[in-house]
This record gives sequence, C-alpha cells and structure tokens, in this order.
Amino acid sequence: MPVVRLVAFARLRELFGERREIALPEGAKVGDLWDTLLREEPHASALARGLRFARNGALCGAETALCEGDEISLLPPFGGG
Amino acid sequence: MLLEIVRDPIDLRAIERAVLAPGCGGIVSFCGSVRERADDGRAVEGLRYEAHEAMARASFREIADEVLATMPEVRLAIVHRIGALNVGEIAVVVAAAAPHRAEAFSAARFAIDALKERSPIWKQERYSDGERLWVENRCSGERQ
Repeated sequence: MPVVRLVAFARLRELFGERREIALPEGAKVGDLWDTLLREEPHASALARGLRFARNGALCGAETALCEGDEISLLPPFGGG
Repeated sequence: MLLEIVRDPIDLRAIERAVLAPGCGGIVSFCGSVRERADDGRAVEGLRYEAHEAMARASFREIADEVLATMPEVRLAIVHRIGALNVGEIAVVVAAAAPHRAEAFSAARFAIDALKERSPIWKQERYSDGERLWVENRCSGERQ
C-alpha cells in the first residue's frame, strides 16, 4: 500500500486541501489516484479538462506508477502572468 | 539570470539594474500589472496568485536556457509575485538586456509567452461583488 503525498492547486486545492497523504493499492498509478479522488468528490470530474499531473516536481502521465513517498501534484490549467 | 518567485512587491528598477551590464545597449522590460476590469468587464478588487514554486522556478530556468541557446548575449530576469495583489500592483516582470534591441525585444516576448503557457502559476480574480474565480490563460496566439 504505497502512501503518497498529494499537493493540489487552485480550485483543486479548495476541493481536496493543500496537502494530504493517501494510501493506494500496490501497483496503483497516478490515474488511479485521480479516480480515488473523484469517488470522494464526483463533481471534481468537471475539472479534469486540461488537468496535468506531476510526480516529484516533474510532469507525468496518468499511467505513471506510484511509489512510496511520492509527491503527486494536481495542476489545473495555468493562469500566471 | 534572475529567476524568482516572490511574495513582496516587485521593484522593477531593481530587476532592471540586476540584468543591465556594460555590454548591453538596451533593455526591454515587460511588466504585467493587475487590471481593474476582468475580460468580461466586471470590476476587479484584486488578485491572488499561487504557484508550485519549485516547478515554476524550474520552468523559468528552462525558458532562460532556451533564450540563451539562441541568444547567448541576452541577460534575462523573470520574476513573478504570488499571494494577494491589489489593482495596479506588478504581478510579473520579464526583463531582457542585450547588446542590441532586436534580441532584447525577442527574448522578452518569448519569455512572457512561454511563462503564460508552461509555468505552474494560478490566478484567482476577486470581484467587487465578492465573487472569486480562477482564471485560465488562453491558448497561445490569442489575446492574453
């Protein structure tokens, strides 16, 4: 059961909190983490458009495997500048 | 190179002093500030920015490296403020100093466009009616 640290920003931070730890089944991928969050907050599916993930500070895909202690960031579409 | 995420008010002149050098014949500074009207015309009271700070700094470094790869004589600063900002305050500065103006204009334009597209920074507008909205950048090529 890898435990990962979730870090969320903007609207996703408001929904899921800024930082929290989540335990996932062995072999879970980044996409499974997102699915777990959606079961908790089904209306977050409206925020999936343009959503990107990062693992330990580097952009990654939903198929990326999760390891114990990973920091997974939820990055909604950017708005800087 | 001056590549920073800051929380305090931005001093444009200090950033320009940091990139200017005797070999530079000019400097182009883009200074993004908080507008009093949203794109839909609503009155804006202020903004709040947040960032994935480590990834944002890494994206600034990547943008600067790309500028230097094609224009090695450019001296570049990218500074973005986060936290709560009032109307009229500076949110971002991109300053490019170079021996000649063509490189300075080109580097500053490239850097601000790239920042908007790829730096993990988010902006929430706060309106006079109390509503708050997270605002996304439009795709590159459109008015921003």
